[in-house]
Amino acid sequence: MSSRPRIKETPVTMDTFLKGIWEENPVFVMLLGMCPVLAVTNSTINALAMGIATTFVLLGSSALVSLLRRGIPKQVRIATYIIIIATFVTIVDYLIQAISLELYNALGAFIQLIVVNCMILGRAESYASRNNVTKSVVSALGMGAGFTIALLCLGTVREILGAGTLLGFPLFGADFEPWVVMILPPGGFFVLGSWLLIFALLKQRKTKMEELTRAH
Amino acid sequence: MNQPLVEIRTSPHIHSSPTVAQIMRNVTYALMPLVAFAVFQFGISALALIVTVVTATLLTESLFAKLSGRENTIFDSSAAITGLLLALTLPPGFPLWMGAVAGFIAIALGKTLFGGIGFNLFNPALIGRAFVQAAFPVAITTWSPAFAPGRFVEFIPSTLTMPLMRPADLTPWIEKINASAGNAVDAFSGATPLAAWKFDGIATDSMDLLTGMVTGSSGETSALLILLCGGYLVLRKMMNWRIPATVLAGAFITALLLFLFDSEAYPDPLFVLFSGGLMLGAIFMASDMVGSPVTPLGVLIYGLLIGFFTVIIRTFGGLPEGVMYAILLGNALTPLIESVTQPRVYGDKQKKGNSA
Repeated sequence: MSSRPRIKETPVTMDTFLKGIWEENPVFVMLLGMCPVLAVTNSTINALAMGIATTFVLLGSSALVSLLRRGIPKQVRIATYIIIIATFVTIVDYLIQAISLELYNALGAFIQLIVVNCMILGRAESYASRNNVTKSVVSALGMGAGFTIALLCLGTVREILGAGTLLGFPLFGADFEPWVVMILPPGGFFVLGSWLLIFALLKQRKTKMEELTRAH
Repeated sequence: MNQPLVEIRTSPHIHSSPTVAQIMRNVTYALMPLVAFAVFQFGISALALIVTVVTATLLTESLFAKLSGRENTIFDSSAAITGLLLALTLPPGFPLWMGAVAGFIAIALGKTLFGGIGFNLFNPALIGRAFVQAAFPVAITTWSPAFAPGRFVEFIPSTLTMPLMRPADLTPWIEKINASAGNAVDAFSGATPLAAWKFDGIATDSMDLLTGMVTGSSGETSALLILLCGGYLVLRKMMNWRIPATVLAGAFITALLLFLFDSEAYPDPLFVLFSGGLMLGAIFMASDMVGSPVTPLGVLIYGLLIGFFTVIIRTFGGLPEGVMYAILLGNALTPLIESVTQPRVYGDKQKKGNSA
């Protein structure tokens, strides 16, 4: 059963954590887990809550998958991962319900849908099942932070334009004209596209600069 | 040194002279009478709106040319045309800052992100309008009366709204001009002919629609003037007349069928042709060279579909006007229409049972 190839363990570095935030950002670079990114980022609070909930599930499932990685038979690994992830989603589901019913209603079915967030399954399959617990946990924290930051990037812009508020505080006074479309699903696509554009531009600039410095 | 005697290259070998810049310049000329009439009808508010939107489109075009490191294309006046067309489809009292947003979106989202002129899938002006329609549904359906007294000295109250702020309600202002002119109630009204028909069942005289003695978006009121301007482009062979003709035919046929079915519930086909933005959309937007098919049969299908969808959306949809969505739908269908109407290549095998 344990015929899984042993991967040479590399030590945990700062890079393990930072990769999830910048280089392999789950939203802006890998475009994983688009469903919550587009659906619940209509306000900053929703985005933050979804980001934290996802990070918690990612953290828990990565740790457990990594712990059990030698015991899980290869043939049924996906089903096992899903059960582990679903366990943590259930915990989060009840936790949010207990902490704030208002938030629970705002996020709706998207809390349960964290189960099918492909970023979490992807990390379990491609990272946690091949690395030790410490590395998996650090990497999960990085990925979770990257995901939360991305959700906040979208949520902030959409809330400011779509409702004129930030975290519920009005920014422009009572006469603000809300951009209705920003709260609606198309707004999610517009803002995500704009962020991707900005990051693509930054990346292009960076590679160009690197080429220039190398040439000199 | 080693120049070959005969230069071999693929067709086309003969080019007609007009360049993109020349065609675009002529479209600008053709739009000028509409701009003049809009200013005459709605005063300085319409002028300010047109100037703002065109400035926004030109600045956006320059900005994206700079960002992408490409040649700056603002001098072929295509961005200016997008701005002009967009401004002409907006209500005259539309807040200037929203106009600037529409202009930015039109060029940024509708044109440059697809790769610039010639690559846009949809008509950029309509992308801008569709965005502000979705973002500011109230402001874009707030119409101000035509030929208001004092329109050359004061702005419509909603025009000078501060950025990000909600435009003022026009009802008190309309009451004020009615009172100052000593008119009966509603002599100056913000209701467009289409809205009057849809919500109150009042039909407007076709003659008024033809000459533009009605309210509406800045440049869509006078059907006759739009026809004349379009005629100029057709005479200069800078527009495919088949597109507007088939769009209008499609709308006319659909409206006629509905009218014959129940003349009480559905408007008369001439009213459908001359009201709202159909004329402007058919002549200046559906005929956009980039977003429309090139095959002859494709043009026919494309035009009829746009006309058909316009009437269907107007009649059965929630909004009084449907030209914008009909044209965007037509643009979206263009690649499909072209792929199914490819003409037979000369010399290729004939299909079975096809004697032509």
